[in-house]
Amino acid sequence: MRYSVFSLIRNAFSGHTDWPAAWREPEPRAYYDTIIVGGGGHGLATAYYLAKEHGVTDLAVVEKGYLGSGNVGRNTTIIRSNYLMPANTGFYEWSLKLWEGLEQDFNFNAMVSQRGVLNLFHSDAQRDASARRGNAMRLNGVDAELLDREQVRRMVPLLDMENARFPVKGGLLQPRGGTVRHDAVAWGYARGADQRGVDLLQNCEVTGIRVQDGRVVGVETTRGFIGARRVGLACAGHSSHVAAMAGLRLPIETHVLQAFVSEGVKPVLDQVVTYGAGHFYISQSDKGGLVFGGDLDGYNSYAQRGNMPVVEEVMEMGLQLFPAFSRLRYVRQWGGVMDMSMDGSPIIDRTPIAGLYLNCGWCYGGFKATPASGWCFAWTIAKDEPHRLNAGFRLDRFATGHVIDEKGAGTTPNLH
Amino acid sequence: MNGAQPMRLAAGGAIDRARPLGFTFDGRAYAGFAGDTLASALLANGVRLMGRSFKYHRPRGPWGAGAEEPNALVELRTGARREPNTRATVIELFDGLVAQSQNRWPSLRFDVMGVNGLFAPIFTAGFYYKTFMWPASFWEKLYEPIIRRAAGLGRAAREPDPDEYDRSHLFCDVLVIGAGPAGLAAALAAARSGARVVLADEDVRPGGRLLAEAHEIDSAPGVLWAERVAGELAGMANVTLLARTTVFGLFDHGAFAALERVADHLPEPAPHQVRQRLWRIQARRAVLAAGAIERPIAFGGNDRPGVMAASAVRAYLHRWAVLPGRRGVVFTASDDGWRTADALLAAGASVEAVVDARPDPPAALMRAAGARGLRVHAGAQVVGTHGHLGLQAVDVRLPSGSSLGIDCDLLAVSGGWNPTVHLASHQGAKPVWDAALAAFVPGRLPEGLAVAGAAAGRFTLAACLADGAEAGRAAASACGHAAAPLVLPRAADEPAAQAAFFHVPGPRGKAFVDFQNDVTVKDVKQAAREGYRSVEHAKRYTTLGMATDQGKTANVVGLAILAEATGRSIEATGTTIFRPPYTPVAMGAIVGHHRGRDFRPARHTPMHDWAAENGASFVEVGPWYRAQWYARPGEKGWRDSVDREAEAVRRAVGVCDVSTLGKIEVVGRDAAAFLDFVYTSMISTLPVGRVRYGLMLREDGLVFDDGTCARMGPERFFITTTTANAGRVMQHLEFCHQVLKPAMDVSFLSVTDRWAQVSIAGPRSRDLVAMLVGPGVDLSTAAFPHMSAAEVEVCGQVPARLFRLSFSGEMAYELGVPADFGDALMRHIMQVGAPLGLVPYGTEALSVLRVEKGHPAGGELNGHTTARDLGLGGMMSRKKDYVGRRLAERPAFTDPARPILVGFKPVDRGQELKSGAHFLDPGAEARIENDQGYMTSVAFSPALGHSIGLGLLARGRERIGQQVRAYDPVRNRDIVVEVCHPVFIDPEGDRTRG
Ligand SMILES: Cc1cc2nc3c(=O)[nH]c(=O)nc-3n(C[C@H](O)[C@H](O)[C@H](O)COP(=O)(O)OP(=O)(O)OC[C@H]3O[C@@H](n4cnc5c(N)ncnc54)[C@H](O)[C@@H]3O)c2cc1C
Repeated sequence: MRYSVFSLIRNAFSGHTDWPAAWREPEPRAYYDTIIVGGGGHGLATAYYLAKEHGVTDLAVVEKGYLGSGNVGRNTTIIRSNYLMPANTGFYEWSLKLWEGLEQDFNFNAMVSQRGVLNLFHSDAQRDASARRGNAMRLNGVDAELLDREQVRRMVPLLDMENARFPVKGGLLQPRGGTVRHDAVAWGYARGADQRGVDLLQNCEVTGIRVQDGRVVGVETTRGFIGARRVGLACAGHSSHVAAMAGLRLPIETHVLQAFVSEGVKPVLDQVVTYGAGHFYISQSDKGGLVFGGDLDGYNSYAQRGNMPVVEEVMEMGLQLFPAFSRLRYVRQWGGVMDMSMDGSPIIDRTPIAGLYLNCGWCYGGFKATPASGWCFAWTIAKDEPHRLNAGFRLDRFATGHVIDEKGAGTTPNLH
Repeated sequence: MNGAQPMRLAAGGAIDRARPLGFTFDGRAYAGFAGDTLASALLANGVRLMGRSFKYHRPRGPWGAGAEEPNALVELRTGARREPNTRATVIELFDGLVAQSQNRWPSLRFDVMGVNGLFAPIFTAGFYYKTFMWPASFWEKLYEPIIRRAAGLGRAAREPDPDEYDRSHLFCDVLVIGAGPAGLAAALAAARSGARVVLADEDVRPGGRLLAEAHEIDSAPGVLWAERVAGELAGMANVTLLARTTVFGLFDHGAFAALERVADHLPEPAPHQVRQRLWRIQARRAVLAAGAIERPIAFGGNDRPGVMAASAVRAYLHRWAVLPGRRGVVFTASDDGWRTADALLAAGASVEAVVDARPDPPAALMRAAGARGLRVHAGAQVVGTHGHLGLQAVDVRLPSGSSLGIDCDLLAVSGGWNPTVHLASHQGAKPVWDAALAAFVPGRLPEGLAVAGAAAGRFTLAACLADGAEAGRAAASACGHAAAPLVLPRAADEPAAQAAFFHVPGPRGKAFVDFQNDVTVKDVKQAAREGYRSVEHAKRYTTLGMATDQGKTANVVGLAILAEATGRSIEATGTTIFRPPYTPVAMGAIVGHHRGRDFRPARHTPMHDWAAENGASFVEVGPWYRAQWYARPGEKGWRDSVDREAEAVRRAVGVCDVSTLGKIEVVGRDAAAFLDFVYTSMISTLPVGRVRYGLMLREDGLVFDDGTCARMGPERFFITTTTANAGRVMQHLEFCHQVLKPAMDVSFLSVTDRWAQVSIAGPRSRDLVAMLVGPGVDLSTAAFPHMSAAEVEVCGQVPARLFRLSFSGEMAYELGVPADFGDALMRHIMQVGAPLGLVPYGTEALSVLRVEKGHPAGGELNGHTTARDLGLGGMMSRKKDYVGRRLAERPAFTDPARPILVGFKPVDRGQELKSGAHFLDPGAEARIENDQGYMTSVAFSPALGHSIGLGLLARGRERIGQQVRAYDPVRNRDIVVEVCHPVFIDPEGDRTRG
């Protein structure tokens, strides 16, 4: 059933008892042409685009928990394409374009809200770096504006412009950046994929990858062996150990990242704002809660929870920006496990094993990538070669030095 | 209307009737007593409408009497201290308190947003996922603004918080969380055996449920026992009592976080008093005795003001001597609910009926009720309620199926108790369903944590006391403290059975599960029908449990309904994840003093005060404040000052405070070999008394940092780093030593703060230095050439280190003295240098001078550049191994097309260059494919009289003399520049070597 205000009203008369399930809960079949491991944003988007763009419908998504149980439902929902490195900018801009048409495309309101992403800067050097980035964006056809202090003050009235330790000197604004209701992205893609015949297999953990003569032949799961000609891995924070099942050792470390939400209040912040003298980002959800986060906890972990030192640091930065939020209470903190790559950029590529494809290394920026990641990964699987947009996200780039290091932080995953 | 308090009982309660307090709610004045909460005081005044709900703006009154309250949320205080969404049930009343209702317009009694209720048939679970999609641009313009304005609850303050907060640490053997009967017994047992005990409770008084019940211990009121135990604990040196303190999170390795509300019960904190304090408590063992929270039952209109938790009714009666209603009905699925009927009767209210959803309540209860003349409907259910802004009647469905209306103004609801398992689950362990108990109890426990009393599902008083005492004893003994004898106090094991009864089928009207987020039974069922069958999906689709109370009352009811709707057991359905904080925590409390200017420590060089006295403008450089320039009277802007300073250095002599540069002593037998390993160039061949410019690469082969390396002795080096990388270089050295070269005999000492260091630069620098170090030191180029180092004395008494180094391209020295002498040194230099035309110069002039000399610095050392990119390929030794060497040879890093460092001049010399501009070939389209590089640093060169720049340009060296575009659309600039050699001044270096 198509979702619209009309179907909503129609269903109101029948007490909403006629809505079909958003997706089926099928039993695993013995064999699929293609299996995507990981029912997060990227896995579901990949399935959706494989079905929609490439007609691959003998397809299953295998998810160890419930759909969207990983980072797609834990992130701070920021989308943007304000990247510096050419290999990134084109890709993320394509993602943003897909976001812009996504809801009409998959008929699910994911509340894509292009409210603007404002990256603050606090020094002359940072202003220069922002200008460099903004100019690179403009060369890529992406929207970018360099704001001075007064423009920032007018745009975000609650910002502390008087008493901050590192005073705000201006900001780089991407007006088309914003936020998206994260769960809805997983659900929208899931529903769209299901409608096209994709089997979404929940509570089905991959425990092994079967390879014969250098070719993948299927996956062992907690619901039995499932054969497949092609297997795409989209396991985010679990990428290293799932890839290890096929004998691959990835240039990935897993780290925990926390996020926070405050009690709901009437509108106080209309944009996404990021701090420049530390790592902090904040926006206000449509429900009124301030959603914010900062740095990784810093240690390797598969636990989806963090500790107090980073909680303190993150909130310190929050109040640096918005001292009026001091009395606001936070109501929840959580964590997700991040696939931190060695240069802070992702990998979407084939692997040395025929039929096995890799999508990982999203660090904490992979939510915004979801549509383009799914789109490019679908292409890469369907054609057995990368699309131009993900051509830079190669697995072997660390060997050749063609790294895509936005921050210039080097091979220290927890600094990206 | 002061003093009336129509619903206040004539006697009883833990309130101080001698201390009346005045307060206002929505502008109306009321009175209460010391010991009241805002909720109890309002109820005493006959006010039970306290708020409006989130989505439908339904009128709401308090459901509970404690921290779990979902309904009675108010804006407390005003102005910069305004606190939205504050639970009236935990606000301690103070004189002059001002509170307002929220999320309503124009008034609480008449809220036009109540029309949302009419659209309820459309506003079902997840309705917004199905609509508002067309046209796409309307989301930001129309739909979202409306939703945002309607959503949210209260209004945040808009000014900085005037109050202070503190952060503190506590260490103990045994942390006891909750000072109810189990917690008190645990704390006493542990404390008497000698363990260091911390006992924390969110309430102002110890006692927990004892404060709300008429229980007896040792044949006396339970509260007296609680006071006696608390008194004993307070007198013990090994015990810390934290009242008004909520332990809100359990983190890894026994780390707890707690919030103490130090001054929230006061109009504002006393001078020098903090408002709240964050405690980080490291406990070897902990006993969670956090009690239990009564769960609601979902039935039609169960949110009407006047519908209350049965346990809350008893709390209002016993603790606050408030009658929450005159004509009560009890609707229960537990034995416990029946006690509310007794309590109401004892307080003089009428009880119209006890409706027990269970078909056969315990005979003893039935008998006792009969003896009191209570009307009991067993196996019956409340299906609906009536009343406009408050309860007036309920509809009861009898077992026969017939319906009965009962007039009442209070409905006490007991769905049974949910153990407060939150902290036990913060480490990820899920609670488990205990079918016999009809409740979730803690599952696998985190190491070191025990759960006691009602939190463990032991609901009777005697069991709580015994359980607590045993948990306390065991915790202390696990910390090595032998148990002290403890006689358990006597108490009853009152009836405490409860049924797994969560909602009434066929409700009349909306049956709420999550009051605060307006989630109904229908919503949960619809979610299940639409495939959101995982408990997490249902939560996220309906927003169940996502409000400020995080579902303390809603979650178990919701998942039970989901279980039913999906045909699974409660056990198989499971709970959502419990996360900190247990109750909402003000961000200010987490931040403590680290706010405003105190966010990060400020580092000042030893010459800071001198600089401030001399007109310096300071700039933040990491944690440091550095003098940017020194304005003189008559100068119109910073450029005037900077030009003058730079010129003075080229013409005469200048002095610059460079104390912030990182300084590290590297000593040991293998110091030289180690430095060979971390620098690209050979260090071991450096003679004592000589300095070498050094470059460090990261492991990936890109440039990490640059600085100087002086050999002060055969096994002693003094190296400098950039200001920004001082800490990171130190880490890097330690890493390289400890991990890569552990066998080497070398050690490092960061001495950045130990030396005050100045750069003295300019043609007359030698004259000035000579005056400082005295005639004994031969400064001639022959004796002390460029790149020399020596230990000297300043003024014949202060030990100093002298280096001949140049960043500016002029003849220059760096002079370091122990930090304590820095200020005196600067003043002395200024004095003796005056006749030479000495000027102090700041970081801006420093930067001008280095751009003129083409030295790479921050803008070029950006983590993206190789040594070759910066023209420093010659420093990459081929004779030895060093960090980064191999990876620097990867194809991408040796690609001849890489942008490399060159200089730039505007073709129209009057134009200004800007860092961050990108280079394009003249005539090329502004597209990323045509990007040729970017400008990294710019300056106005007073020596040349125009703007100059450094930048990275593809094949730059081959293009010297050609023109490119400096394209800068974010600043609306696009100019033509000429490519030139990066060294603008004295390329042969004659002036340096002078
Ligand atoms: C706190 C936080 C904040 C963030 N903020 C942002 C932000 O603001 N903007 C942004 O762009 N990005 C953000 N991110 C990053 C972003 O969420 C992730 O990069 C992105 O969601 C990862 O892709 P995914 O959605 O496919 O991952 P996931 O949703 O994690 O999907 C991976 C799936 O694989 C499943 N899986 C793993 N192992 C197996 C197995 N063996 N068998 C079967 N299934 C398996 C997992 O259960 C999971 O569902 C944030 C992340 C976190 C944690």
